[in-house]
Amino acid sequence: MAEVLSVSTGSVAGCRARAAHNVLNQVVLPGEELVLPEHEDVDGLGGAGEQPLRLNSGARPRLRVVCGPGLRRCGDRLLVTKCGRLRHKEPGGGGGGVYWVDSQQKRYVPVKGDHVIGIVIAKSGDIFKVDVGGSEPASLSYLAFEGATKRNRPNVQVGDLIYGQCVVANKDMEPEMVCIDSCGRANGMGVIGQDGLLFKVTLGLIRKLLAPDCEIVQELGKLYPLEIVFGMNGRIWVKAKTIQQTLILANVLEACEHMTTDQRKQIFARLAES
Amino acid sequence: MKETPLSNCERRFLLRAIEEKKRLDGRQTYDYRNIRISFGTDYGCCIVELGKTRVLGQVSCELVSPKLNRATEGILFFNLELSQMAAPAFEPGRQSDLLVKLNRLLERCLRNSKCIDTESLCVVAGEKVWQIRVDLHLLNHDGNIIDAASIAAIVALCHFRRPDVSVQGEEVTLYTPEERDPVPLSIHHMPICISFAFFQQGTYLLVDPNEREERVMDGLLVIAMNKHREICTIQSSGGIMLLKDQVLRCSKIAGVKVAEITELIQKALENDQKVRKEGGKFGFAESIANQRITAFKMEKASVDTSNIEEKAEEIIAEAEPPPEVVSKPVLWTPGTAQIGDGIENSWGGLEDSEKEEEEGGIDEAVILDDTKMDTGGVSDTGNQGAPIVLSDSEEEEMIILEPDKTPKKIRAQTTSAKEKAPSRSQVKRRRKKRTAN
Repeated sequence: MAEVLSVSTGSVAGCRARAAHNVLNQVVLPGEELVLPEHEDVDGLGGAGEQPLRLNSGARPRLRVVCGPGLRRCGDRLLVTKCGRLRHKEPGGGGGGVYWVDSQQKRYVPVKGDHVIGIVIAKSGDIFKVDVGGSEPASLSYLAFEGATKRNRPNVQVGDLIYGQCVVANKDMEPEMVCIDSCGRANGMGVIGQDGLLFKVTLGLIRKLLAPDCEIVQELGKLYPLEIVFGMNGRIWVKAKTIQQTLILANVLEACEHMTTDQRKQIFARLAES
Repeated sequence: MKETPLSNCERRFLLRAIEEKKRLDGRQTYDYRNIRISFGTDYGCCIVELGKTRVLGQVSCELVSPKLNRATEGILFFNLELSQMAAPAFEPGRQSDLLVKLNRLLERCLRNSKCIDTESLCVVAGEKVWQIRVDLHLLNHDGNIIDAASIAAIVALCHFRRPDVSVQGEEVTLYTPEERDPVPLSIHHMPICISFAFFQQGTYLLVDPNEREERVMDGLLVIAMNKHREICTIQSSGGIMLLKDQVLRCSKIAGVKVAEITELIQKALENDQKVRKEGGKFGFAESIANQRITAFKMEKASVDTSNIEEKAEEIIAEAEPPPEVVSKPVLWTPGTAQIGDGIENSWGGLEDSEKEEEEGGIDEAVILDDTKMDTGGVSDTGNQGAPIVLSDSEEEEMIILEPDKTPKKIRAQTTSAKEKAPSRSQVKRRRKKRTAN
């Protein structure tokens, strides 16, 4: 069951940049430089040495490649900043696709646009302080709920669970979140109900579960009727009819990380029988 | 980092689950988590894992003079530390309450119960006894630190071997491990702490609470017992009111649990003993499972060593010859010798104006005898003029040498090199104040 990950040590030692498309789905280490295919073409043609990689779409006919998590632009190359497997997604239309690094992490760093589950830790004046797992609690204004006005305040107590979206999240300011989307509708966000269980998993598992057409979530749905909320900060809230079922769901989700597909199917089959 | 707050939702769920006799990980009310004991290569080193809570224990010994009022007994010293990797909330300086409570409980459990025979640690009455030191480090916090720590302490003590000593008349011989096999400590019994967590004002009881359960509990009862059903320590915290029959019931449960855990410890110690005797591999590296998904293995990367010889010869040929080595020490005075030159001061030239700063700033305190100072001073300052003695007291002597050129900060042992490097000028040696004058 153990994965044996092979790391080719030759190129790392020599600090030579590797072509990104050669390294797909292999382990990369921080400090490695990757060369994009376009740049190689430019070299071959004896190009003028201009930067072929532009992250803002310009008038150039070059493909626009998006640098995802774990990668950073360094000159005209990509610099790896996290260890993990390099992935690539082909573009839907135009552009050059996305490159990113799949890595293991349990600690959450707030990112703009993430939907997270937070715990209210303080109410001070007009804002709530919500702990999202980062280094600072995020601030949530009481007006950022659907249908909230100065007279009509939302019913939020200290210790409640909130599902919201981060609108400000950078390293220089405290993060801010809202429970309302750009049209003013809640869209599922807001205070999470009273019962149910909150538990923590790794960030990689959350991303896997939130991928479209995730088998695990579909199979879970067939088992019991349940309500489930995934927060990108590693927190999952789950509620089923009885305590026993909720506990089973929580344990299964935590174990999903380390199980292969077959083992998972076995477990679900056994649960469905009982 | 601040601890993650507990939400109302979790608290409610946990309490409701406990009312229905359900625990988060599916255990029963009186079940312990899996205990795993692994030993290191040294004697006296072990790691105990109680579920995900891990404690590392290490025992060491030293020969010291005994305490004045206990001249024939050895000294025991226990120390538990909460490492910062155990939980994000553990920061240096932030954990004092919990730390003091745990340390105190551990001391009462192990020291006051007299589980170790301290009389046997005496070598020469009144002069030399063994001081046994048990250091415990919490590596991961998932609840119930005290149980894991007490198991780690007693396992490490049972596993430890001290050097053999023989006393013949006035002569005391301390044998190294190569000369004679080290001997184990003499342990009378093995006290182990069992924790009971109480919820809803004492209505519900759980054994071996994990971290979530500890957060919502009302009170904690810790009973330290050995396998002969003798209670060594009992402590109730949290301020809950317990009934007499509750405490009696807990002590009965503790008796059963201690018997199981003691058996487990004996088996682990025997296994380790067997492996060492048969010459097999032992130590922490062997106890890490290789084929688990959380243990990564890298394939061997072949290294091309075909041209190593040529490369090595190249490097040797191109390298500069090493500087001359002066192997003979030059003895200036009894107690002061010099081998080779000191290195050139790399601080760069200090201006004259900084001389004032230096006078107050230097705190190289060199303890030298009066006679040595004088002779040393004389020999060193042969080229530089007479030293100025500022005070006549025997305790304190400050010698300021005439500044020749730019003063520099120099260490005392390189002052003797001044004869070879006359560019260095000012040297100050200040006597450490022995008594308040």
